[in-house]
Formats: sequence, C-alpha cells, structure tokens
Amino acid sequence: MSATTDPPKDGFQLSQLIYDTRYRSMTIQIVALVLFLLGVGWLLNNAAQNLAALGKPLSFGFLGEAAGYDINQKLIEYNNQMSHGRAALVGVLNTLLVAVLGCILATVLGVVIGVLRLSNNWVVARLMTVYIESFRNVPVLLWIVLTMAIFIETFPAPRAFRGENASASMSLWDSVALTNRGLYIPKPEMYAGSTAVIVVFLLSIIGIFVFGTWSRKRQEATGQILPNFWIKLAIFFVPTLLVYFILGRPIGLELPELKGFNFQGGIYMRNSLIALTLALGLYTAAFVAENVRAGIMAVSKGQSEAAFALGLSPNRTMNLIILPQALRVIIPPLISQYLNLTKNSSLAIAVGYMDVTGTLGGITLNQTGKEMECLLILMAIYLAISLIISSVMNWYNESVKLRER
Amino acid sequence: MKKTTFFGAVAAATMTAGFAAAGTLDDVKAKGFLQCGVSTGLAGFSAADANGNWDGFDVAVCRAVAAAVLGDPQAVKFTPTTGKTRFTALASGEIDMLARNTTWTFSRDVDLKFTFIGVNYYDGQGFMVPKELGVSSAKDLDGATVCIQTGTTTELNLADFFRSNNISYEPVPIETNAEAQQQYLAGACDVYTTDASGLAATRATFENPDAHALLPEIISKEPLGPLVRHGDDQWADIGRWTLNALIAAEELGITSANVKESAMAAGNNPEINRLLGTEGNLGEQLGLSADFAKNAIAAGGNYGEIFARHIGESTPIGLARGLNAQWTDGGLIYSPPFR
Repeated sequence: MSATTDPPKDGFQLSQLIYDTRYRSMTIQIVALVLFLLGVGWLLNNAAQNLAALGKPLSFGFLGEAAGYDINQKLIEYNNQMSHGRAALVGVLNTLLVAVLGCILATVLGVVIGVLRLSNNWVVARLMTVYIESFRNVPVLLWIVLTMAIFIETFPAPRAFRGENASASMSLWDSVALTNRGLYIPKPEMYAGSTAVIVVFLLSIIGIFVFGTWSRKRQEATGQILPNFWIKLAIFFVPTLLVYFILGRPIGLELPELKGFNFQGGIYMRNSLIALTLALGLYTAAFVAENVRAGIMAVSKGQSEAAFALGLSPNRTMNLIILPQALRVIIPPLISQYLNLTKNSSLAIAVGYMDVTGTLGGITLNQTGKEMECLLILMAIYLAISLIISSVMNWYNESVKLRER
Repeated sequence: MKKTTFFGAVAAATMTAGFAAAGTLDDVKAKGFLQCGVSTGLAGFSAADANGNWDGFDVAVCRAVAAAVLGDPQAVKFTPTTGKTRFTALASGEIDMLARNTTWTFSRDVDLKFTFIGVNYYDGQGFMVPKELGVSSAKDLDGATVCIQTGTTTELNLADFFRSNNISYEPVPIETNAEAQQQYLAGACDVYTTDASGLAATRATFENPDAHALLPEIISKEPLGPLVRHGDDQWADIGRWTLNALIAAEELGITSANVKESAMAAGNNPEINRLLGTEGNLGEQLGLSADFAKNAIAAGGNYGEIFARHIGESTPIGLARGLNAQWTDGGLIYSPPFR
C-alpha cells in the first residue's frame, strides 16, 4: 500500500473573481449586465407606476373602437365608423406607398446623378456637385415644406378650369389635369375581353425572360450577339397590341372631369403625396448619388483598361465590368439610405399626408389620449418595416457580392 | 463618500420630481412663474407681437391666474402648443395650465384625465368659403375639399356632419392655423373649418376679408375653456375661481379702473367685499392672498374688458358678445356666487 499525497488543490476563493485575470472580465460583464437590467427595470416600473398614478394603465382596447375621423387617401376600404386599428393600417399602407415611390425615385435619380458627377463634361459634373451639396445640406423637412408650397402656389386651383374663359386648361388632349390639389390622370376601364389582353401581356413578360435566357445560352455557345434590346421591346409591345386591337379595344380610359368643386373620375394623386415623394426622393437621391460615385471610383482603373484592351465598347465595359463590381460597394450604404427615406416619411404631416404617424401617432393619439400605447405601436411598426427592408436588401447584397472560393 | 452623496441627491431629485405633481401651487410659487400653454398663434386669442410679448383673450386668462397666485401678471412663461401637442404637454407637467381655445368634452374631461376650470368662450364649429364659390349653405358642399386642423374636435364633428347629411368631402389635415390659411388662400381647399371665433380671427388677418363668407351653419357646440390636470383640486379651484372672479367682476361693475379704489376698504356691497378680500377669507381658503381677485382683475380688467379689448366688435376680429354676454344680458356667462 503506497501512500501518495496529491499536491494541495487550490480551493476557489471569491477574491479570484476580481484578482484572477481568468475570471475578472466575466465578473465585470456580469455586474454591468445586472446593473443595466436593474436600470431598465427601474425605468419600466417608473413608467408603469406614473401611468397608474395618472389613472391611465396600459391597454390596447382603443384599437377596436370606432375612429370617428376620415382619411383622404386610403388604399383599402375605410370610413369613419371603422376602428382605430383599421385607421392605423390605412396609415401604414400610405407610409409604404410613399416609401416605395420615394425609394424608386431616389435610386433612379441617384444613379444618373452619381454617374453624371463623374462625367468628363465640366459643366455637367459641376451642376451635379451643386445639386448634391445643396440637397444634402438642407434639412429634409424644409425641402418637404418648400416643395408643397411651390406646388400649391404654382399650379391653378380647380376652379380656374371652370367657365368660358378659364385661365387654366387640361393637358394631353384633355386627359390630364394638373391642379394645386394634385394630379388627375386617366384610369383604365375594363370591358369584356380585357382579361385576355392582360393575360397576353403577362405571358409576353414571361416570354422576355425566356428569350433572355435562351439568347445568353446561344451567345455562350456560338459567340453571336443578338440585338436583344429591340427583340425584347417587340415582345413587350407587339402581342399585347395585336390582341388589344383584334378584340376591339376592350380597355378604355376614364378621363377626369370637372364636377362641382373638384375633378371627378380618373386616378387622383394628391398634392401631399406628390410633394412628399418628390422631396424625399430628391433629398435621398443626393446621398445615393454619392454612394454610386464612391462605388464606381472603388473599381480600379485597371479593370476598365483591361476591358478596353479586350475590345469591349465603353457601354459594355460599364455594364459588364464596372457596375457589377461597383454594386458590391454601393448596396450596403444604399440599404441605410432606403431606411432613412422610410423613416423620414414620418414628416408627412407637415404637408397633411396621412401616413401612420398622422393617423395612429396623430389623430388617434389625440382623440384617445393613449400616448404610450400609440407610440409603442408606432415604434414597433417602423422597426418592423425597417427590418423587412434591410433583410430584403441584405438578401440582394448576398446575391451580388463577391463569391470567395 | 462624495459619490454616495451624489447618488443620494439624484435619488432625492427623482423622488421630488415624482411627487411634485401633487402640489402645482407650491411648484408655481417655488419657480416664481406660471407655465401656460397657448396656441401657436391665433389673432385675438393668443399671439406674440414683434417683441415676443404674448397677448390675447386666452393669454389674459393666464395673466389673471399668474396675478392671482404670484401677484404679478407678467410672471408667465408661454409654451406655444399645436392641437396635437397640447394634451401631452399638460399631462406630462410641462405646462401648469392650458388656455388654448380647447373644447370641453366628456372624453377629454374623463378619459384624458383633465379638469376644465370653466368656459371663457362659447363657440361652435363653422365654415368659411370664398364668396366667389357662390355657396350659401354647408349642405351645398358635396365633394368639396375641406381644410381642417388635426388633433381637434373639428375633424370628428366634420365627419359626423357630412355623414348625417350623406354628402362626401375630401379632408385635408393641417397642423397649424397658418398652414391652413396658406392652403385655403391658394385655393388648395374650398372650405376652411374650425371654431367660428377662430374663423373670424383668421379672416381678420386676410388681405381682403370681404371676399370670404362664414356659412350660417354652426355644426357643433364648442365650449372653449382653460384646463388643468386631474388630481390637483386646489390648483383647479384656483383656476376656476380666478376665471369666475373676472366674470363676477363684470357683473358687479368692477373694472380695471376702479378695482384698486374698491379694494381699499370694505364698501356696502358684501359680495364685492368678499370678492376683493375686504371681508371674509376667501383668498386664504384657496391658499392665496386675500387680494387674489383684485390682482387678477387689475391684470387685464374684468371679463367684459378682456373680451372687448382682444376680440370684441371694435377690434379687427369683430366678434359680438352673443352667447358670451353676461347672463343678465341674455348670455351664458355666469359665475357662481362668491360666498
């Protein structure tokens, strides 16, 4: 029997939590976390207690009560007997509408301006610089208010269109009316047989994609390039127009007409929607343009020189070599510009556009007095919209980014 | 050690902040001025002049309360509020009272937890249209574009009016009176609707007031009055009885001209004596000095004087007393007795 003695084991001592470098950082983190949670808990408790003291406990029942107010622009059925929740939904859709329109405008304008700023033409490049600097450096609220003021003061009121010697008249063969209340454009009217036209149109769009794939395969196999653009354009127009005329023009136009105080019929784009979209789009385009410029400049000059050496035309160099590489730099900051535009759309009430801040965060909040609840819901809505936009854009970014192998 | 005292001070500060809501009177006395919420600018009711001095019918109520509480009608700081921000400002304690042509309604009183301390103007919602439109009744407004200030009872009344008459309209929500005016004058809306007094005030500032007409329909009852938060009855009483003092003073014939003289010594009208503090202890019961009513009246005159100076028939706004005459003259303005 041999007696061996183990080396004395170190017992764990509490002081090690502070003095032992193995544990110290974890100790500090845990203490900080506990303090942080306590702070958050105190704030929440404080808010709940104060609300209870005011006799206003948190409750979301008001969302089901009748709203009692009207909304001018509604994309879904709504009247003043419907609930506050429904009014909020109408507002959310209005927010999404202006955000989508604004993002499209900002992207198109931004790309054009960003490319033009790199132009060799001195005047064009300087003009774009002036545009970018003046839009970037003035608060967007001022642009929104200014756009609306110009809109209201420049265009004629509907009553100017009335009478024998009217001071204003409709444009484009009496189909479009531009007033200071907004733009009235014709609305398509469907008669019997219109479905066939729409089906053919959708089929020809699918046809364009099929043709594109086939043409690319053919090019890869034979090296021959077809006049893709013209063929696609023909597929887009010819079958639809043929069916349209063969079936005896089953789609007509409902023209706006001055009746009573306003134009009736057609599609009505309100001045607030137009002003807000323009202001947000023009403002954000300045930022997008800078992103585009940065993206293009990030592609090394050797790339275009190599393309030219291979005999590619400047157009193809831009489309096949420069832009695909520039996109990798452009997309990530573009995501945050889209988010900014969406969040900036909450300034809509400045021009009387009923977005979700105007309905839920404005009239509903005011009529029900549920500030805390309305603002919490409002924040959750904007958070959800922003997260959706960024996940969609991140997915797109994944698909264009450099494949590293 | 120093840190401990610091945290102690922070804790104490938060505690006092938490409990301060209980005693608005002590609060106002401690800071030495009254924080009063008014509108962002409505001629005659509350508007700032070129030097930043606020004046108007609603402002006069604030000044009277400041005079009653602090003895100085100038000890008021004004917070301009929009229709949308006013209730939050009052509920959060940012302002001590709100005098911003606010309609007394059930839900604001009960659900929003405010106490209306009286009515200083009986109003109703009306419509203003350019005369060239040739509209003579609000029922002819089918399909019209209507400018409304958001966050008011107006938009609810309007929805009810058009629904009950089964006619359609296009609402244009506007944040402030100035923006509504711009849109209306440019023809971006056919009609501007708000309280009839507000319409008269707005029309008075137009370049050509005669080109615009108020339609005969008054579609709602809008008793406008100052309000305070629920739960501080003493403060509500102070506001209520200061306003009543102004009204009683007109009834009793006390004006800014003779109030000093009447308050020198007790006269032979006991109600005047009690009001002005030469008899009894009404001021003390409110937690104020005995001459609180005298100070309030001296600040801007009695109710009738305030009305005449800011919105009466001799002003550009030109409102007749109408419903707002004393009850003795067939109006609704009536103060409970001072006893």
